[in-house]
Amino acid sequence: MSATTYGWLVLAFPLAGSIVIALGWRSLPGRTAGLIGSAAIGLAFVNAVAALIQLQGESADHRALTSSLWDYAVTSGVDVKLGILVDPLAVFMALVVSGVSFLIHVYSVAYMDSDRGYRRYFSYLNFFVFSMLLLVLAGNLVILIVGWAFVGFASYALISFWYRRRTATYAGIKAFVINVVGDVALVIAAILIQRETGALDFVGVFKRAPEAFTQNEWLIVAICLLILVGAFAKSAQLPLHTWLPDAMEGPTPVSALIHAATMVTAGVYLIARTHPLFELAPTAADISAAIGVLTFLFAASVALVVTDLKRIIAYSTISQIGYMIVGVSIAAYSAGLFHLMTHAFFKALMFMAAGSVIAAMGGNQDIDRMSGLRRALPVTFAGFLVAALALGAFPGFSGYFSKDEILAFAAERGGGYLWIYIAGTVGAFVTAMYAFRMLFRVFGGPASPEARELEQGHLHHGEPVNPMTGEPEDTDVGYPGPEHHIAERERSMAVPMVLLAVLSVIGGVIQIPGVTHVIENFLEPTFADSPFVDLDVSGGTEALVLIVGAWTSLIGIGVAWVLWLERPGITVDLARRLPRLHTFLQHKWYFDELYDFAIVRPLRALGRACSTGFERVVIQGMVGSTAAAVRVGNSLVRVAQTGLLRYYALLLLVGVGGLALYFLVVSS
Amino acid sequence: MDIGWYLVLSAFIFCIGLTGVLTRRSPLVILICLELMLNGGNLALAAFARMTGTADGQVFALIVMIVAACEVVIGLGLIVAMFRNRLPMDVDEMSELRG
Repeated sequence: MSATTYGWLVLAFPLAGSIVIALGWRSLPGRTAGLIGSAAIGLAFVNAVAALIQLQGESADHRALTSSLWDYAVTSGVDVKLGILVDPLAVFMALVVSGVSFLIHVYSVAYMDSDRGYRRYFSYLNFFVFSMLLLVLAGNLVILIVGWAFVGFASYALISFWYRRRTATYAGIKAFVINVVGDVALVIAAILIQRETGALDFVGVFKRAPEAFTQNEWLIVAICLLILVGAFAKSAQLPLHTWLPDAMEGPTPVSALIHAATMVTAGVYLIARTHPLFELAPTAADISAAIGVLTFLFAASVALVVTDLKRIIAYSTISQIGYMIVGVSIAAYSAGLFHLMTHAFFKALMFMAAGSVIAAMGGNQDIDRMSGLRRALPVTFAGFLVAALALGAFPGFSGYFSKDEILAFAAERGGGYLWIYIAGTVGAFVTAMYAFRMLFRVFGGPASPEARELEQGHLHHGEPVNPMTGEPEDTDVGYPGPEHHIAERERSMAVPMVLLAVLSVIGGVIQIPGVTHVIENFLEPTFADSPFVDLDVSGGTEALVLIVGAWTSLIGIGVAWVLWLERPGITVDLARRLPRLHTFLQHKWYFDELYDFAIVRPLRALGRACSTGFERVVIQGMVGSTAAAVRVGNSLVRVAQTGLLRYYALLLLVGVGGLALYFLVVSS
Repeated sequence: MDIGWYLVLSAFIFCIGLTGVLTRRSPLVILICLELMLNGGNLALAAFARMTGTADGQVFALIVMIVAACEVVIGLGLIVAMFRNRLPMDVDEMSELRG
């Protein structure tokens, strides 16, 4: 079988799994739905591997295979097929997405066990993975947009999975609305591309783009900026990031899925996929890189003060995606995608460990309440430690190599890009700080009451409350409530954690800057036409970046050690001395408030004005006056209807007589 | 004989019937007066048939009679129903259809 056949199979299994679970939910007892869902994703991963092997068998020039099942939309000038494009980039993404999703599915089998929406959950989850795979395998912009919108819907369904939790439904709506902003921009970009190049499939667009556009023409810059709006909405970059922290309302494995494997990486993939357009519009690429830099600095600073464990990780994702966006924007494609992969490993691991911690805390997510869990949860502690080391770019761990690869590329390009390197190093320092802030606050210090009970072998029993509002949780909707499963006591949850921990440690080895180039060589056919593909980072720069990166990470961890473990009073003191800065960060730079003020309130005021002014005066006036006119008219006509038989006979006589007279007069 | 006399007689009978329909209040009498009107018309039709020497007018008159018979069946049926239900035998009192 050819690589494209395997590509179709990669798509078929998750879709089939989703449909089977959705239709057969009544007859799926116990954990069957979870097993079916996991098996579907596992088979998708196997097929992705098979596609990889097939693709490697082709010669380097023929590693972009297209295949289409049937015509999707054929009208005047538009020719869209239901087609996929299997090239190294697509296969790479499919491998990361299906592989990490598989582990998350396996983890969910036990994690969601006591939830009443168990089958609904796995149906959504499979659909989510299917949408993401459709997005990365799409052969043209239309199918990509279809997958893009499916991902948006699936995220909505999963974020508001506990639909009786008010905050969860709000978060789902927020994610959906912000994603639609991106969808609209992407659709407009696709229309413009179709108009200028006459093609919608990637191969055709990229072939004709150099003729259709001159370098840095305003139109191509506009198209790229529209693509960026789409990418930033999905990848939660400034200023469209506000949905991601709220998306933490969903179950923890869903957060892992959104953050590590699906959804947020879509924007990075999109920029990498449309890189020939961005190379024609360097201005747009530079804007993208600048926003990436702003985003990772912003998110890292917020992650320092937020106290909700899952929200800290959410801001860390925004920050890490910022690094990837910078990478693919400055043409360090393989480095950006390498970071995407390593991030998928350690972020999924971090969420799984966080899920275990939250379960141990009876649903509580506030790190102020947690401490000293290291003895109660040794495996979780080890997993979180590995994830934090990788996130904090500790020398030797995967995140260390991938992040520094991006920064080395920026340093090598020199000029203005040197600032990206400097900002990236500052960001890495803060990253190491907040990563270990989480670790020290949650696992360090004296044991909390929950931890002490766990050490004695039984789960602390607390009333589940909504972490956002403090309202008692409605366990009837299936919120796991008192029956939490702690990852390390369930083998099916511990195994994915261990696997991801191993990958987080050794994942970086395949592409050590200046030593190994597995990913770069694999992805080269996709990016062969890039003018920067031959830009090799010199050994001196690489060594310098790696050494600086190592020291940055070590100092960051050391500072975190002092601030949150040795002398916890310092941070409290700092917060008291700089109240303005502290509240500014705690309000996440006031983005939510800004949107509330600039968009939500004006729209609400407009709606209210419409309902009180326009609706009541104009619409009701029109309806009311029509009714009044009919009433006046019928009161006139009603006079004739007396009900008297002889009166009707007289009217008849008058009428017939009148007619007869008329004809007499006319005819004579 | 001049056809004019026939027509005058027919118009006279028709007007008697019409006056009856317009002035009387008993449904039975109204029905009788309706018959008068129809037969006034029939007379005119027959007279015209004689004048032109064709059978058309007579055929029309026969059809009018059939229609009149049908009408009387329904009308009498209604009147019997009114008696049965002890409704007032006065068309002016039966004005429920007033708008």
